Amino acid sequence: MKNYIKYLPFLALGVISCEPELDNPVDEAGFYTNGEADFSNYVALGNSLTAGYADGALYITGQENSYPNIMAQQFAKVQETQLFTQPLVNDNSGGLLLAGNQIASNRRVLAFGVDGSPSPQIYTGMQPTTDITNVLSGSFGNMGVPGAKSFHLITPNYGDVSGVPVGTANPYFVRFASSPSSTVLADAVAQNPTFFSVFIGNNDVLSFATSGGVGVDQTGNLDPSTYGPNDITDPQVFASAYSTIVNAMVGTGADGALVNLPNVTSIPFFTTVPNNALVLDAATAANLTGFFQAVAGIFAQGAIQQGVDPAVAQGLAAQYALTFNEGPNRFLIDVPVSQTNPLGFRQMTADELLVLTINQGALAQGYGSVVLTPEVMQVLGLLQTGGQPTPAQAQLVLDAVSGIDDKDALDKDELTMISTAQANYNATIKALAQANGLAFVDVQATLAQVANGGIPFDGGVVSSQFVTGGGFSLDGVHPTPRGYALVANTIIDAINATYKSSVPKVNIGSYGTVTLSNDVQ
Amino acid sequence: MKKLLFLAVFALTTAVTYAGGYRVSLQGQRALAMGHTGVAVVNSAELGFFNPAGLVYLENKINVSVGGFGVFSDVVYQNEQTGDVARTDSPIGTPLYLYASYKVTDWLTAGLSVYTPYGSSVEWEDDWAGSHLVNNIDLAAIYIQPLLSFKLNQYFSVGGGPIYVTGSVNFNRNLNRTLSDIDGNRSEVTVDATGVSNWGWSASAMFSPADNLRIGFNYRSEIILEAKDGEADFENIPNSPATPFADTRFDAELPLPAELTVGLSYEFADKWLFAFDYNMTFWSVYKSLDIDFANPSIPDSKNLRMYEDSSVYRFGLQYEANDMFTLRAGYYFDESPVQEGFFAPETPRNDSNNFTAGLSVNVNDHFAIDASFLYSRFKEVNASYDSYLENGQAVPFGGTYKSSAFVPGIGITYKL
Repeated sequence: MKNYIKYLPFLALGVISCEPELDNPVDEAGFYTNGEADFSNYVALGNSLTAGYADGALYITGQENSYPNIMAQQFAKVQETQLFTQPLVNDNSGGLLLAGNQIASNRRVLAFGVDGSPSPQIYTGMQPTTDITNVLSGSFGNMGVPGAKSFHLITPNYGDVSGVPVGTANPYFVRFASSPSSTVLADAVAQNPTFFSVFIGNNDVLSFATSGGVGVDQTGNLDPSTYGPNDITDPQVFASAYSTIVNAMVGTGADGALVNLPNVTSIPFFTTVPNNALVLDAATAANLTGFFQAVAGIFAQGAIQQGVDPAVAQGLAAQYALTFNEGPNRFLIDVPVSQTNPLGFRQMTADELLVLTINQGALAQGYGSVVLTPEVMQVLGLLQTGGQPTPAQAQLVLDAVSGIDDKDALDKDELTMISTAQANYNATIKALAQANGLAFVDVQATLAQVANGGIPFDGGVVSSQFVTGGGFSLDGVHPTPRGYALVANTIIDAINATYKSSVPKVNIGSYGTVTLSNDVQ
Repeated sequence: MKKLLFLAVFALTTAVTYAGGYRVSLQGQRALAMGHTGVAVVNSAELGFFNPAGLVYLENKINVSVGGFGVFSDVVYQNEQTGDVARTDSPIGTPLYLYASYKVTDWLTAGLSVYTPYGSSVEWEDDWAGSHLVNNIDLAAIYIQPLLSFKLNQYFSVGGGPIYVTGSVNFNRNLNRTLSDIDGNRSEVTVDATGVSNWGWSASAMFSPADNLRIGFNYRSEIILEAKDGEADFENIPNSPATPFADTRFDAELPLPAELTVGLSYEFADKWLFAFDYNMTFWSVYKSLDIDFANPSIPDSKNLRMYEDSSVYRFGLQYEANDMFTLRAGYYFDESPVQEGFFAPETPRNDSNNFTAGLSVNVNDHFAIDASFLYSRFKEVNASYDSYLENGQAVPFGGTYKSSAFVPGIGITYKL
């Protein structure tokens, strides 16, 4: 038997060599090609969308499903790459602390009430532990900074913690800036990337939009240091910042992809609360119609008493004699008082939008239409019987009108400002991509598809329907992991087309949507 | 030497079988070395599995065969669209067997067999691309069977006996492709049942029309393992009324299908023996793996399998080199019971060509050491499982699979 024992090592060798081998393994060199690009050291520049922000916060699993991280994992299937690093936060609560004081709220989760109805609520299952004063060491492939606008990436001291309370610095960049005075761009260039992506500019219009247009359109003002947080960036300022970024990145010798800006107004934040959600029964509709006839009458009478030509007064009053019907009706919004609209309200037009964060309870109580108190009803009754209201009673009627505040709506002028600026920005992005031979990623078209019917995948259709569509997280602005996977695929498509590479795409059905939890208060 | 060469070539050109589904055809060293033939081969107590009717033809009063195998079986999966790759890291399977026979009279032999004809152990990387179908599975069944073998006349014998089976199953998969808790841990369920037992039987016959020719027949009945009150352990479930997956009990049925074998053996040129077996495994009993959770708020899990009856063709050759050494080789072709569109990664097996070899070393008149070796060669296959439902919509899971199995075995034969 001894003679046979010496063969045992060969038996062991046989075991090792019996691993199944495929004819064309995808994980062997040559199956996929990097084409003319080199993905070995990828750096992603951008804002919250690049960071993997979702549900109103930045948390670890969101970062793990950021589109740059998804892309980096696919790049690693194509060629040898450096490990893609991200400035991971400390936990999955999403909240931020500054020296122990919470400065950013926790993420939202989908909670179910006792009646079984779902609603997004702030997660309270754990205390936030990410303190921005704990500055991370090392450099990071994912340079996405939530909240950053185009020019912020080249603004010094954007990572200086002392600027956070006064709004000149960004708490997320504080965590991983190489020094307080550095810029995001400088930290990106210093990594000497072989490949980069830029997805910046959304916030240059988005914060204006999500604030309901309370900011200022700064078109014509070329000094961004004078801008407020909710202002629209001047397109020349945008173009200047964007080309600085692209030139610096191209200057490292890297190839890259520039991602254009999706329509900010097609996200669930603006499409979830319809502007005609004033649903009335026949009696209430008749009451409201009667009410506004009274308003028109009171206005005309008052104007004539003040010496306005009766024909002019009647003409102005006619705009207030609104008719309401059984079923859905559009809300009223407040507009600036003007000669043509002396009462300062009107009914919304078809394309105007309401924000997701509008107070739904107030809407039910007459916000957006009329707060019909018993006292107001009494005056209306008086009018119907041909009675003459006192000036105080007349004022009571006019004051009952409750138009939606500017901060809760985007009117048509604001929408025009947004779309004009965005179109300008996107023209710049496309031109710079072409001029530098970079991949141009039309994510605007992809997300328009998501918003308009959705995009089919192996498990259904991903759409921008709030909560149920699967594309957008519970803040109504940022994508879900599935939405980010779709963005990654869109960018990969553009890269493959530009650089003759064959980076494989992911199956978006393998990426989750909203997170369920009843750990809420 | 010429003869040895012939044997070697035979071993190379033929395939060894490692049966489809979760049938594990490793019931004896001598049989496996000859392509797992044996329904018409009379040379050891391994007949206690292959054909109890043949036990009565063994020359010695007491015959014992005992042994075991190490199953090194792995699978690789890839998806060219996504670049996903997964490899199993399955534990080494160790099927064992023990056969004993005692010649009571010239026409009656009693026996006892213990063997493990069904089992599966597949361990994928946790949360791999197909984790919504299976992360890992461990299925084991031990058959214990008392036997009687009657010689009716010099040409014909019959045998058989009742089978007691005790089995266990442990199965883990993720609940779906995306559900996870707040920290991103994928929601999963483990079902575990042990000590699941039931009864069955086998019956066989052997016909020996000439000194050098035997014909055998064996039938082993179907046995359904009915797991009652197994444990279902749900992990990483979000704290939400929408996901009411609390730990509970479950009932499930797993069939161990019936198998019919017919075959012959033929001795020639003094020292050679040729054997052929044909198996039909009645896999069509395995329509669906249904897990019925005791908690009514947890939806039952229905997993279509739709297996088909499958055949195995086995060929074996034995050469008695000298008093000390007996050499064996074999081949079998094993047909998969899995239909197109039902290729589930818990038993990722397609048709296989199987090559076997082995030898016996006769240490003395009573005692021999038997060794065997099986190499299963699977073609790589593009396959999918199309019956997984997500929100009522079928979501196929597919890709390219390749399996391999490599099985060395060792045992002893004792006769008195």
